[in-house]
Amino acid sequence: MLSLILIIIASAFFTGIILRVKSMASGRKGPGIFQPLKDVARLFKKGVVYSETTSFVFRIAPTIYFSSVVMAMLVVPFGQSKGIVSFNGDFIFFAYVLALGKFFSIISAMDTGSSFEGMGASREALYSMFAEPAFFILMGSIALLTGFTSFQEMFAAFHIGSYISYALAILGTFVLMMVAMVENSRMPIDDPKTHLELTMVHEVMILDNSGFDLGLILTAGYLKFAIYGTLVVNMFIGMFPYQYSIPAFFVIQLVLATGVGLIESFMARFRMSHNAQFIFVLTSVSLLIFFGVLLILGKFA
Amino acid sequence: MNLIKIFLAIPVLVIVMIPFLKVKGNGIVVFLAIVVNSMLSGYFAFQALSGQYLEFAFTGSLVTGPVNLRIDALSGWFIMIINFVFITGGFYGLFYMKAYQEQKNNLRLHGVAFLLIHTALTGLCVIQNSIVFLIAWEIMAISGALVVMFEHEKMAAIKAGQNYLIQSHFSILLLMIGFIWVAFKTGSYDFSAITAYSSANPEGIGLILFLVFFAGFAIKAGFVPFHTWLPYAHPAAPSHVSGIMSGVMIKIGIFGILRMITLVKCDFYTVGMIILTFSVISGLYGVMLAIMQHNLKKLLAYHSIENIGIIGMGIGIGCIGLGNGNYLLASLGFAGGLLHTLNHALFKSLLFFTAGNIYQATHSLHIEHLGGLIKKMPQTALLFLVAAVAISGIPPFNGFISEFIIFSGYFNWMQSSVLGPLMTIIFSVLALVLIGGLAMLCFTKAFGIVFLGNPRHKFHDEIKEVPFLQLLPLYLIAFFIVVIGVFPQFFLNVLSQPVQLFTGVPAPGIIPFQIKTGEILLPLTTATWIFIVIIASTFIVRKWVMRNRKVVIGKTWGCGYLAPTEKQQYTAGSFVRSYSKLFRPFISSSKAEKEVHGIFPSDGAYQTTIYDHLERYFIDNPIAAFKSLLGRFSFLQNGKLQFYILYGIVFIVTVILVPYLYDQIVLFLEFIKQI
Repeated sequence: MLSLILIIIASAFFTGIILRVKSMASGRKGPGIFQPLKDVARLFKKGVVYSETTSFVFRIAPTIYFSSVVMAMLVVPFGQSKGIVSFNGDFIFFAYVLALGKFFSIISAMDTGSSFEGMGASREALYSMFAEPAFFILMGSIALLTGFTSFQEMFAAFHIGSYISYALAILGTFVLMMVAMVENSRMPIDDPKTHLELTMVHEVMILDNSGFDLGLILTAGYLKFAIYGTLVVNMFIGMFPYQYSIPAFFVIQLVLATGVGLIESFMARFRMSHNAQFIFVLTSVSLLIFFGVLLILGKFA
Repeated sequence: MNLIKIFLAIPVLVIVMIPFLKVKGNGIVVFLAIVVNSMLSGYFAFQALSGQYLEFAFTGSLVTGPVNLRIDALSGWFIMIINFVFITGGFYGLFYMKAYQEQKNNLRLHGVAFLLIHTALTGLCVIQNSIVFLIAWEIMAISGALVVMFEHEKMAAIKAGQNYLIQSHFSILLLMIGFIWVAFKTGSYDFSAITAYSSANPEGIGLILFLVFFAGFAIKAGFVPFHTWLPYAHPAAPSHVSGIMSGVMIKIGIFGILRMITLVKCDFYTVGMIILTFSVISGLYGVMLAIMQHNLKKLLAYHSIENIGIIGMGIGIGCIGLGNGNYLLASLGFAGGLLHTLNHALFKSLLFFTAGNIYQATHSLHIEHLGGLIKKMPQTALLFLVAAVAISGIPPFNGFISEFIIFSGYFNWMQSSVLGPLMTIIFSVLALVLIGGLAMLCFTKAFGIVFLGNPRHKFHDEIKEVPFLQLLPLYLIAFFIVVIGVFPQFFLNVLSQPVQLFTGVPAPGIIPFQIKTGEILLPLTTATWIFIVIIASTFIVRKWVMRNRKVVIGKTWGCGYLAPTEKQQYTAGSFVRSYSKLFRPFISSSKAEKEVHGIFPSDGAYQTTIYDHLERYFIDNPIAAFKSLLGRFSFLQNGKLQFYILYGIVFIVTVILVPYLYDQIVLFLEFIKQI
């Protein structure tokens, strides 16, 4: 329950902070950090435009995408408090529920019959396919280390042990953040602010969405960022009491958002054709974590 | 006993009746016969699944020895699957075959073969005598080839049928070697002799025996590298047959492997590792090639190989659990494998039937020619979508449940493993996740290109939805896909008997399978329900918010360009282009290109063909070598009748003389010895 509230709060300012950092880095004052929320609120009030090519798939897809993210949010724990839904193997459910949302966002892009959106859909399908193994190996390694298979128990048991587990947590943070970048289509995989359809991934998929549907998709994007941020926080807080862990949550989320903003300001997007390889490299980083776990457990002896 | 005689009498009676019936009646009679037989066998299967095993003994003949029939829970589970797919497929086939009404004789033969397949498959599940088993297997193989070659005016169908027939017989050859080996050593054709022989001998012999059987059954099941017949046979057959072949006929290979696990006593840990290796390769290879296919049914056929891989992973984990003595791991593995067998039978037959609808409406299965079908055939599109989500292993449908159980198996195995198995686990998990992702890529491509966007090709006939009655069985299948997704406990309870057949009744102190899987799956079901509630409430909110909003219908955004043609849409080839570039080492594709030149360009063309690497190494190259060897003897085939008669005489004389000479030599040797 706690995690749900925290994620919602974090999602309210996360994207705003990224935007603010970016504007400050480029020497502008920039919008207030709640500007993304205001954008969504405005979208919710608008009517919609549908393309004549589209079918019912296009109309239900944003709803299912949004619901899948909300469901994934319910699974995420916070320190000692479980998520609303928590069971053995819930991280598998987490990944596959998100996959349902992705499936529908991909086919809804195909539904418009636009060549741009098809391109985005193709890229999204490929990238998310490559990102998933990294997530599973990371979670599998933690499961092996701790002996549990539910998010909350795994994270609770994770930080106890040696300093090596913190080293692993840092590697894990890298993997999770990169997966989050892929999932949310941010730099260096995808540039959300590019102005050319040919170079977009996620943005181009939602070109034809408008009004309430677009609002849902954007909200889902904000939530997703906060969800992955919370997973990262969970890697570090373990069973700390709330008076430390809740401030730690906000500090870490703030650091992550600032980091993302800085990366987007000072880095160029990777070449589209190399993205897939780059994402697959994440899997090898996860394998590194796996070997680290094997070392800790003395399996090499 | 009597019921079994009725079961056997019905097909015989129907086959005798068919020549005297009109074409319309013939389909209905075959369908009714299948329904009645399904009810009969279903009655036994139901009893077996509730824990009462039935055995029947027939005296048999001089050759076979006594023939035993045994319906245990494993047979029961497979009989249930076979019956369900045959009833839905048969009903669908009644409508699908209407287009071929003029080909009367062809249809009659098809009906006979169809009925024989059902009888043979049901028989294979219960027969306990190896000779009778092989006969039933042969009936199934030959009838299978007949139904595949239904459209025999097409070269592709004939070739596919031949390919299938030859490879099936290779499978029979391997099975024969196994059975004869046992019969030679023990003198009995009964299946119990296999257990007796393998437990009386060192484990190594049991392992080799198992591997012989495994190879035989793997050809039927379509494990890589024994899969090459499958992508030809499935697209060539009529759609209801493809659904049945992919849904149940290849599963009889899985059944055979499972049956041998219950019979052969050997080192199950090694067996599990071997099955796991083959399965991981099959799963990945199947889906990797599936993505590249642009014929819808061929794409689905490659997906069958992938799913056989997933089933095999379950079985492999189960065997490893048996080998390690880990009761829970064994239960999870076999339960996952068996449930995925059912799941795959459901969504794959649904996919093939919807592909049949598409073929009926457009007479094309080439993905690049289709498009925008969702507006003409909304119900087919919806059914295809359900199956596509299910096969990608995504909740809230059935594919996710079995994959989840297999994942749970992996993570359970992980806790007690040493380095070697851990590496196996992590790479198989990696494979299973990749398979899921690739399946999603493949089915977003298939659904997106076939059903969405604008039509890519002008067809002569108007495209329209198939009649409702034809869609009825498809809705039934879709219903079960959803039910397994949201109420998995029920099906796992049914599975507890078949699973205990492998694992044995749990020792006191070990938690029984039902309770354990309940523990694992109950929260998952709750989560699935919460998920459904969330989706529903979001829909309601959206509906409420949108109730008096302005809805404008406009053009698709085209960067300001307002007159795009349907040719500018993304194609299947372009959708998977970045994938195919990355996976080039695994896929051999060749391009034929005709570029556009000049001021007034003539037609340009671009064609890609995908070829199966393994087919080249395992089938084509050996055949080429064999052919060149046989070519050395082609002087024997000189086309002169006199020579052929001479060969015949030489053969007969040799056959008669060899034993005679042998006796003479033996006598002569004895004579020398006496001296």
